[in-house]
Amino acid sequence: MSDEIKKILVLGSGALKIGESGEFDYSGSQALKALHEEGKFTILVNPNIATVQTSEGVADRIYYLPITPEFVERVIQKEKPDAIMLSFGGQTALNCGVKLYESGVFERYGVKVIGTPVDAIINTEDRELFADMMRSINVKTAHSVAVSSIDEAMEVVRTIGYPVIVRAAYTLGGLGSGFCNNDDELRKLAEQAFTFSPQILIEESLKGWKEIEYEVVRDQYDNCITVCNMENFDPLGIHTGESVVVAPSQTLSDHEYHKLREIAIKIVRRVGIIGECNVQYALAPDSEDYRVIEVNARLSRSSALASKATGYPLAFVAAKLGLGYGLDEIKNSVTQCTSAFFEPALDYVVCKIPRWDLGKFDGVSKLIGSSMKSVGEVMAIGRTFEEAIQKGLRMVGQGLHGFVANTVNIPDVDYELRNPTDKRLPAIAIAFDMGYTVDQLHDITKIDRWFLYRLHNIYRMKCELEAIAEARTPLADCREAIDKAKRLGFSDYQIGKFIIKDASVSPHDKGLQIRQLRKQWGIVPVVKQIDTTAGEYPARTNYMYLTYNGSKNDLSIASQELSKHESVIVLGSGAYRIGSSVEFDWCGVAALKKIQEMGLKAIMINYNPETVSTDYDVCDQLFFDELTLERVLDICDIEQPKGVIVSTGGQIPNNLALLLADQGVRILGTSAESIDIAEDRQKFSQMCDRLGIDQPRWKELTKMDEIYDFVDEVGLPVMIRPSYVLSGAAMRVVSNKEELADALQNAAVVSQEHPVVVTEFLQRAKEVEIDAVAQNGEIKCYAISEHIEYAGVHSGDATVVFPAQKLYYETIRRIKRTAKQIAKELNISGPFNIQFLAKDNKLRVIECNLRASRSFPFVSKITKFNFIGMATEIMLGKEVEPFGKNFADIDYVGIKSSQFSFARLLKADPILGVDMASTGEVACIGDNYYEALLKSMLSVGFHIPDKQKGILMSSGEARSKVELLEAARLLHDDGYTIYATSGTSKFLAQSGIETEEVHWPDSAEKPNVLDIIRDHKIDLVVNIPKNHTERELQNGYLIRRAAVDHNIPLITNARLASAFIRAFSEYGSDKLEIKHWAEY
Amino acid sequence: MKTAIENEKPKKTLLKLEDGSVFEGTSFGYEKSVAGELCFYTAMTGYPESLTDPSYRGQILVPTYPMIGNYGVPSDEYDANGVSRFFESDKIQCQALIIQNYSEQYSHWDSDRSLSAWLKQHKVPALCDIDTRALTQKLRDKGAMLGKIIFDDADVEMSDPNKRNLVAEVSATEVRTYGNGSKKVLMIDCGMKNNILRCLLRFDVQVKRVPWDYDFRGEEYDGLFVSNGPGDPAQCKATIEHLSWAIAQDKPIMGICLGNQLLALAAGAKTYKLKYGHRGHNVPVKEVGTHHCLITSQNHGFAIDDATLPADWRPLYVNLNDGTNEGIQHATKPFFSTQFHPEASSGPVDSMELFQRFVNYMNVKA
Repeated sequence: MSDEIKKILVLGSGALKIGESGEFDYSGSQALKALHEEGKFTILVNPNIATVQTSEGVADRIYYLPITPEFVERVIQKEKPDAIMLSFGGQTALNCGVKLYESGVFERYGVKVIGTPVDAIINTEDRELFADMMRSINVKTAHSVAVSSIDEAMEVVRTIGYPVIVRAAYTLGGLGSGFCNNDDELRKLAEQAFTFSPQILIEESLKGWKEIEYEVVRDQYDNCITVCNMENFDPLGIHTGESVVVAPSQTLSDHEYHKLREIAIKIVRRVGIIGECNVQYALAPDSEDYRVIEVNARLSRSSALASKATGYPLAFVAAKLGLGYGLDEIKNSVTQCTSAFFEPALDYVVCKIPRWDLGKFDGVSKLIGSSMKSVGEVMAIGRTFEEAIQKGLRMVGQGLHGFVANTVNIPDVDYELRNPTDKRLPAIAIAFDMGYTVDQLHDITKIDRWFLYRLHNIYRMKCELEAIAEARTPLADCREAIDKAKRLGFSDYQIGKFIIKDASVSPHDKGLQIRQLRKQWGIVPVVKQIDTTAGEYPARTNYMYLTYNGSKNDLSIASQELSKHESVIVLGSGAYRIGSSVEFDWCGVAALKKIQEMGLKAIMINYNPETVSTDYDVCDQLFFDELTLERVLDICDIEQPKGVIVSTGGQIPNNLALLLADQGVRILGTSAESIDIAEDRQKFSQMCDRLGIDQPRWKELTKMDEIYDFVDEVGLPVMIRPSYVLSGAAMRVVSNKEELADALQNAAVVSQEHPVVVTEFLQRAKEVEIDAVAQNGEIKCYAISEHIEYAGVHSGDATVVFPAQKLYYETIRRIKRTAKQIAKELNISGPFNIQFLAKDNKLRVIECNLRASRSFPFVSKITKFNFIGMATEIMLGKEVEPFGKNFADIDYVGIKSSQFSFARLLKADPILGVDMASTGEVACIGDNYYEALLKSMLSVGFHIPDKQKGILMSSGEARSKVELLEAARLLHDDGYTIYATSGTSKFLAQSGIETEEVHWPDSAEKPNVLDIIRDHKIDLVVNIPKNHTERELQNGYLIRRAAVDHNIPLITNARLASAFIRAFSEYGSDKLEIKHWAEY
Repeated sequence: MKTAIENEKPKKTLLKLEDGSVFEGTSFGYEKSVAGELCFYTAMTGYPESLTDPSYRGQILVPTYPMIGNYGVPSDEYDANGVSRFFESDKIQCQALIIQNYSEQYSHWDSDRSLSAWLKQHKVPALCDIDTRALTQKLRDKGAMLGKIIFDDADVEMSDPNKRNLVAEVSATEVRTYGNGSKKVLMIDCGMKNNILRCLLRFDVQVKRVPWDYDFRGEEYDGLFVSNGPGDPAQCKATIEHLSWAIAQDKPIMGICLGNQLLALAAGAKTYKLKYGHRGHNVPVKEVGTHHCLITSQNHGFAIDDATLPADWRPLYVNLNDGTNEGIQHATKPFFSTQFHPEASSGPVDSMELFQRFVNYMNVKA
C-alpha cells in the first residue's frame, strides 16, 4: 500500500491559539520526519511561519496559506498529491479535512486519506453518534438529554438522579448553565435557561470525579497499545487543559488502571483508529464506576504531553502507521533495539501545569472551569511528586518559588478553594498555614487526598526548616534537613529564605549561600535518563532530567570528559505565554542545528512539552529541566560547556544572562553587561542621550503629584505602566485627566517599591522595527519592517510588513544609522532588535533587545536567509561575511498577522492596546502588499464578507472616520450593505454613502446593533474604540464582545480595517496566487 | 475512605549485594535480616498483587516505579469460591521490598491499611530511599544478583533461592476443589496465582487444585492446567514426569509461565536462565507467523530454548524485544502454553481470551 503513495499533503494547525498551541508544530514536524525517512514527497500547508515545521528541509514544499477548504482544495488542484494526512494539525486540520471530504474534494482529485478514516473522525466528533456507538459496545458515557419544557426536565431527572447540570443549548459562554441538587434548584435554573434558548440539556453531574486519560495507538492489524495514562490533579469540572496533570496515574489501583485501559482499547478498535487517539474518562472517587467523556481521534495536546512524558514518539509512529506499517515492524527509536509495540515504563513522575495570562485582559473572569483559558504549559519531571510539582510551579514563571516560600495575596482563601482560579495551588499552601487539614481540603476541593498529602509533606518540610531557623541552629548542622528538603524539590532560594534569617542578606544571596554549602557536602542533583523502559534495556537516548532522589548519574563520566568545553548550552524559552511563543522555539532549534553543523555538542535546556526544541533528536543532549539560575548552574557544573547561548529563547534566558555571568558562566555573544544596559531603562536612556538618539520622554515616578507634574510637562496622551495593579491590564494609554485618575486609582500602590512609569505617547506615529545580527559591534545582516497600525498597538499584536513598503528613504537611513550606533556602543555579537517610532522623518527608539525577537523567523523565512544561523556562527566565534542582499530588491511582500483568542476568554474586552493580547501569529507571502495582507488575514480567521450580509461600521473619533471613508466607499460600490451607528452613519451620508443606521446597545430604539449581530445579519464588524465617556466605552465593549461571542470577524483598528477592505475589494479570494515558498 | 498517617522514627539500614556494593535505605517494613535474589520489575501499578505472587518466592523485589504505597492495601476478604478477593495468594511471598520513595499516607476507597502495616503484619522487611534506577541498571548489566538486608548487625548468609525447590514451598499441600461446573479442570499448583482460578471459574467448570507433585495419572479430567510458579523448572522433576504422561494423551492442556517451561521440558526441550528475566506489564509478544501482537504481564527468570523443541511442538509466541520464547503449542493436539500471564493481575488483560480457547478445547473434545 505505502508504495503507491509517493506524494503526501500534510495540514498544519495555523496560528497558535488557546486550545491549539505549539504541540502541533511538534507533532507535524515528527510526522514529516517519519514520511521523509520513508522517501515520501511531502507538501505542507501551514501559514504559521514561526514554526519549525515550516522551515527549510522539513517538508519538501511549503505553502504559507490559510488552512481552509477553499485554499487546500486549490493546493490539491495544483499539487495532485496521492494522499493527505489530517491528524497532525489539531482541530483546524481536522475540521478542514472533514469539510473537504464531505464536499467530495478528495474523491474528485483521487486523494486518499491516510491514517484514521474520515468517517471514524466524524463519529467521534458528533455527540449523538458517539454515544450510540459507545452504547453498542457497552461502554458508558455521561447521560445527557435535550428537553424543551420544565416538565420534561423533571422527568429526565427521575432517571438520571441529582445532581445534574443544566445547559442551555445554542448559547455561548455557558449562559444559563449550572448545577442543581434538587427540584427547586432545577426549576429555577431551567426557567432561566429557557429564556436564553428553546432547548436545554440535562446532564448527570460528575463533579468531583477523577479525570483520567489514556493515549492509545492502533495499527491496521488491530494491534493496540496504550502509551501512557495520565491523571488530573484537579477533579472533573476543570478542563484537562486547565488542570495540573500527572503521568502515570498515582491513585489508581492495578484493577482500575487496567479496566480503563481495556475499555480505551475497545473504543479505539470500535472507532477504527489507525494511528493515535486520546480517550478521557471520569472515574468515580469511591467505586470503579466510570464514564467516557471524550475521544480525540487525532494527535492532541495530551498526546504531545504523553510523548514527552514517556519518550515514546507518538506522532512519528502514528505517521508510519498511516503508511500501513504494523507496530511490530517499527523499532523503538529510543532504545533502537526493542519494538515500537510496547508500553513505556516510567521510573519518574511528570507533572504538567498550565500557564495562564489572564492578567493581560480587561474584564476576563479568572475562574478556571470547563473551558480552556490557559495559553501554555510546562512539564516537570521528578522521582517524587513533591519534587516534580515544586519544579513545575517554578517553571510556570508567574513568580512562584515552588509550593511554599511565596508571597501571594489571596484575600479569601476559603472562597478561592471553592472557586478555583489560577491561584489555587498557592491557596492550598496558605490553607495549610491557616490550619486546614488534608480532609477538610479534600472535602472542599475534591482533589484526591494523595495529592494533598504529598503537598502537605512539602508544607511539613517548610515547618521543619522554619523550626531550624527558630532554634538558631548553625547552618553547619543543617545538612540532613537540606538534603531532605532537596529531595522534596526545594530550591536553594526557598531553603535560604526559610533558614537564613539575616535580613541584611538578599534572598538571592541566601540561595547562593545554600548552594555553596550543599555543594561542599556533596548534596548535588544526579542526572537521570528518560528511556521508555525504566532502565530495563540500555538506551541511546540523550533525554535527561535532574533529581535529588537518586545517587548515581546516568551520564557516563567518559562522555563528559570527551565533551568538556566542546559543548554549547542553548537556553530554551520556557512556557508559551502571551509575548513568547513558538517563534523562540524556532530560534532555539535553529541555534542547535548550527552548533551541530559546526561540530560541537549541542545541549538544550527547556521544559515546555509543546515544543520541537525538547524533541530529543534535535540536539545532542536535552535537559528537560528548569531555566533557573540554580538549575542552569547545576547543568554547567556537570557539562562544563564552552559557553551558554541566552539570546535565542526570549526573555527568560535573557534575564538570566547577568546572573549566570556573575557566577562565572561564559555567555556566548553579546556580553551580559551590554544585555543589562539594554534591559535597564535608566542605563539605556543614559546611553541614548550620550549618543544623541531620541526616545519618547519618560520618567519612573513614585509620588502622585510628580506624576501630574510630568504629565503637564509632556502633555497628554501618556502611557502609564504601574508595577502593581488591582485588576486588568497593567499598561494603558490615557488621553485625558479622567482616564489618568482612573488608571492611577487602579494602580493599587504608588510608592518607592512600586513606581509608575509614565511615558510620552506619540499619536499617529508609525512603528518600525529592525531585526539584525552584529559581530563585534558591526551589523552583518538586517531587516526593516513596519507596522500597519499606528503606534499604540503592541508590536506583538500589530500587523507587520516586510520589507517595509511605505517608509521614506530618509527614515530608513536614520534607522540604519541608529542601529549601527547602538550595535557599536554595546559591542553586539549576536541577534538584536530595535523598535522605533517614526513621525515626520523623526525617529525615536522605544525598545531595544539584545536577543532574537519575535520576528526573527518571519524575516528569516521571507529573506530566505537564516538570521539565527549567522548569529550562532558569530556567537561561536566564526568570522562572518555580511549578508549582501539588498532587501529593497525583494519583489514580493511578507505580512505577519496576529491571532487573538478572545472567544475563549469570557467577558474580556477584545481591544488592542499597549499590552500584548494575541496568542499567535501567521505570515503569508504575496506578490504585493494587498495580496499578502489578504492571505494573512484569511489565515487568522477572517473571511471575505458575504455580500448577502452587511458590514457594521462604528468608526470612532473623527480621524478614524476619515481614515475609513475610502474603505466605506469601496464597500458601498461593491454592493455591501453598511450598517452604521449614528455618528458614523451621519458622517458617511455627508460623503454620499448610504448606510442603515443602527442604535447603540444601550438604546431602546430599534434596530439595535446587538440584534443585528445576534441575528448574524452582518459578516464583519469594524468597531474603532473611542474612550471619551463611560457610556461610549460600555457601548463599544458590548458591540465588540457580541461580535466575538457570535463568531463574527472584528477589527478594531482603522488602518487595518481600511487595508483589509481594500485588499478584499481588489482581490476576490480566487485571484490570490497559490504559490509555494520556493516559488517566490 | 480510609487513610492513615504513620509517624515513626525512620530506621536506616543496609542492602548488600553479592558484588560487594552497598546501598543505604530507610526501613518501612518489618525489621529482620533476610537474604534472597534481587530482581526488578517495571510495572507501575499492582504492588499488592506482585507481593503476593508465589512466583516471587525467595526474591527481593525492586519495583522501578519510584513511588510505592500510594493507594494502600485492600482487605483480606474472600469471594464466594473461597478465593482471596484481592491477593494472588494468602501471604506476601517475596523476601523483601526495595523502593525509591514510600507513600506514608495512602488514599483509596478500597484500601484498609498502609503498605507498611501490611508488610509488618507479614513480617516482610522493606527499604525506601534507595536509588532503584541505579540498582536496576546494575542488575540489568551484571544479571540477577543475590543480596541481603542487614538489621542491627544480625548478619545472614547469602542464599540462592534457585537452588531450593521453591515450588514445593508455595504449592498447595492438599487437594481442593472449587466451583461445580460441568467440565473438570485439573490444576497442577506450582505456585498458582489466584487470578488463574478466578478466570477459570468464570466458565462452566470445576477446578480441582492439586499439589505440584500430585500423581494425577489415572484421574478423570477434561482439561489439565499447569500453573505459574517460582524458580528453576528443572527442580520440578515429579511434575515433568507426570506431564510426560499427559502429553501422550489427548486431553487439552494449558500452561502459564513455569507451566510453559514444564510442558516444554516434558516434551523433551530445554530451558535456560535469562540474564535478568522479564518482569513487568509492558512486554510485547507476537503470535508466530502473524501480525497479531499482545502486551503482556510477565514475571519469569527462565525461558525455553526454541531450538530444542521436538518436531511436533512449535513456538506459539515470540518476545518482540529479545526474540525469546513466549509460548508453545503442539502441532496436532490441543496443548498450548504461554510464558506470559494471560490472567494479568497485575497487568494488562489483552490475552485473557486464551482461557476461552482452553475451555473451547475442552468443549470440542467432549
